[in-house]
Amino acid sequence: MAKTSLNTKVKNMTDSSLLLLITVSVFFFMYIGAIVFMGQGFLKAQTFLNILNQNAALIIVSCGMSIVMITGGIDISVGGVTALVSMCCAVYLDYKGGSIFGSVLIALGIGLAFGVVQGLLVAYLDVQPFIVTLAGMFFARGLTTIVHTNPFNVENETFVALKDTRIVVPGLGSVNKRGIYIDAYVEIGVIVALLAVILLFVVLKWTKLGRNFYAVGGNSQSALMLGINVRRTKFISHVLCGLLAGIGGYVYFLHVGSGSPSHASGMEMNAIASSIIGGTMLTGGVGNIIGTFFGVLSLSTIQNIVSSAGLDQAWWTGITIASMLCLFLVIQSIVMARKKKTIKS
Amino acid sequence: MPSKMKEKSNNIFSALAGKQIVIPIAALLVLAIFNLIADPGFFKITLGYNNLGDPVLSGYLITILDNGSELAILAIGMTLVTAASGGQDISVGAAIAIAGSVMLRVLCGSNSRPETLQAPIIVAFLVGCLVAMIFGAFNGVLVAYFKIQPMVATLILFTAGRSIAAWINNNELPIISEPSFGYFGGFIPGIPIPTPFFIAVACMIVIALVLKFTTLGLYTQAVGINESSSRLNGLNPQMIKFLSFVILGLCVAVAALIKVSRFSTINYSVIAKDIEMDAILAVALGGNALSGGKFNMPASILGAYVIQFLTTTLYKFNVQAAALPAYKAVVVIILVVLSAPTVRAKLSQLGKKLKEKPVKEVA
Repeated sequence: MAKTSLNTKVKNMTDSSLLLLITVSVFFFMYIGAIVFMGQGFLKAQTFLNILNQNAALIIVSCGMSIVMITGGIDISVGGVTALVSMCCAVYLDYKGGSIFGSVLIALGIGLAFGVVQGLLVAYLDVQPFIVTLAGMFFARGLTTIVHTNPFNVENETFVALKDTRIVVPGLGSVNKRGIYIDAYVEIGVIVALLAVILLFVVLKWTKLGRNFYAVGGNSQSALMLGINVRRTKFISHVLCGLLAGIGGYVYFLHVGSGSPSHASGMEMNAIASSIIGGTMLTGGVGNIIGTFFGVLSLSTIQNIVSSAGLDQAWWTGITIASMLCLFLVIQSIVMARKKKTIKS
Repeated sequence: MPSKMKEKSNNIFSALAGKQIVIPIAALLVLAIFNLIADPGFFKITLGYNNLGDPVLSGYLITILDNGSELAILAIGMTLVTAASGGQDISVGAAIAIAGSVMLRVLCGSNSRPETLQAPIIVAFLVGCLVAMIFGAFNGVLVAYFKIQPMVATLILFTAGRSIAAWINNNELPIISEPSFGYFGGFIPGIPIPTPFFIAVACMIVIALVLKFTTLGLYTQAVGINESSSRLNGLNPQMIKFLSFVILGLCVAVAALIKVSRFSTINYSVIAKDIEMDAILAVALGGNALSGGKFNMPASILGAYVIQFLTTTLYKFNVQAAALPAYKAVVVIILVVLSAPTVRAKLSQLGKKLKEKPVKEVA
């Protein structure tokens, strides 16, 4: 009896919430598994907050990626843009004696520029998004090297002060071995990331623009017939993704505090993987920002588990992420098959 | 300069519309003329002797023929994948790292610095082929049977590939001291032309024969143009897509042999870096639609050599290796914009107008 009701419940669920359910439960099972098998380290609030601290940039970038993927496109230039933003800001702050405000403007400008150009090419010239953004990625990476070749740390005082700002989270501190109470903290980037997640969740759920994204991604032909400006919607999605890549780039820069051509290598991969794990469908029309948020958390939790299990050789991270991505792609493919079956019956 | 180029492409579009191979030839001519003006010494070929005392040809043109070989071989497989599935395989660079790593592992055995080879080169090559084809089959299964977009499906191997390559050799860097292994990426004593060129030509002959005497080419195009109607006509689209990825795996193995033979060792994070970009660019430059369907194999292969021509030209002007992608990205963008349907329609309109004008003048 219970089984049948569960079955009908699962059948009546939308793809979006089913995929979200899978993601959230995978994350909780993984985290509980980590606490049970990896010891008490994972029980500390700070361990969890550190995951946030390290991945604030990835959360922001993945949100942009999700929006583009919901609209049915893809953007793999985000990693390159992140590297370019941190390099340009670093050079501006250290060699040109720039201010914090100026560097933020630079970050936003770079992100916006990439978003606008790629959006124009994809939406108004009908070029495949993958090709355009692949070119964008290589362009950004090449440009990073042209701006400055060698990695270096930023020594601008205001910036360093901003970088080291810690926001204390009350009530989550822990007592260390010597019996001293240490406050739990998050970095500024985490606040930005959480704001971005909430804002984008609201936009996607309750505004006309947000619903347009889903409509265009689900079926652009019917969206066109409903009177939605498909080209403009696609364009806006790319601009938003570019802008978020710029913001994410600055948050990344704020976390690492240096410029280097090899920064954020493979970040586009992690962003796509997080979005997919978070239940965003590659075919478009299905996805959820909250899911993406949990996707990033799952991804980084598995990385933490891999490194605390002693498998610290660099290659394990690549292999685990890839296999997770593979698993979730196959799940999506099965969900799609289920959808087709229900339509037929 | 851009306006001149535009005019040129205009005339080509209107006069020779439908002849694909014109696109890479035009690009080649533009590059050649540019180099001729900048420095005629670019085309000089000299016969010299290497440090082993064997005669070798050297010069920028020979470099292009030599280094463009891997790209040309990859372009063969990439063209088939593009035509059949309407997407590209972005894991070829990582797959080359895997295949190369496997070959070195077989050649070296458990010791990373062997005095003598532990296995014949042909065995190592065959094992490398097998592994590369298995990875190709993995991509093929994801694309053909799970219906995942090719670029996203191959993203998996793109992330994991170099890690797997490092893992195969326990992150050691095996070095082969046997000189005969270096022949595949260098020169065979007594022959002044680089060996990779011969290997590339052999691959071209094989694929030409296959396309001529089997239905592979026809079926691939049919699947790429319309999957469901090709299925209704009794083809098996999934099998054809799968097959194209396996063939690309074979091409990857041959390219990997040349790559590892060049240095007799391997660097997992650097070997064949960004080659996927070049291979896709070669297919696009060959005038093939990146969304699948019809393809022109000679145009793709020529496209690969044009890309190498561009790379060599950029190197000649002292562009840093890490900055190369930026310039190539600009070329890609120009190419895709020119080949975009809306732009193409406008260009052909413009071409017609240009054609009409001279007629009026004559009248």
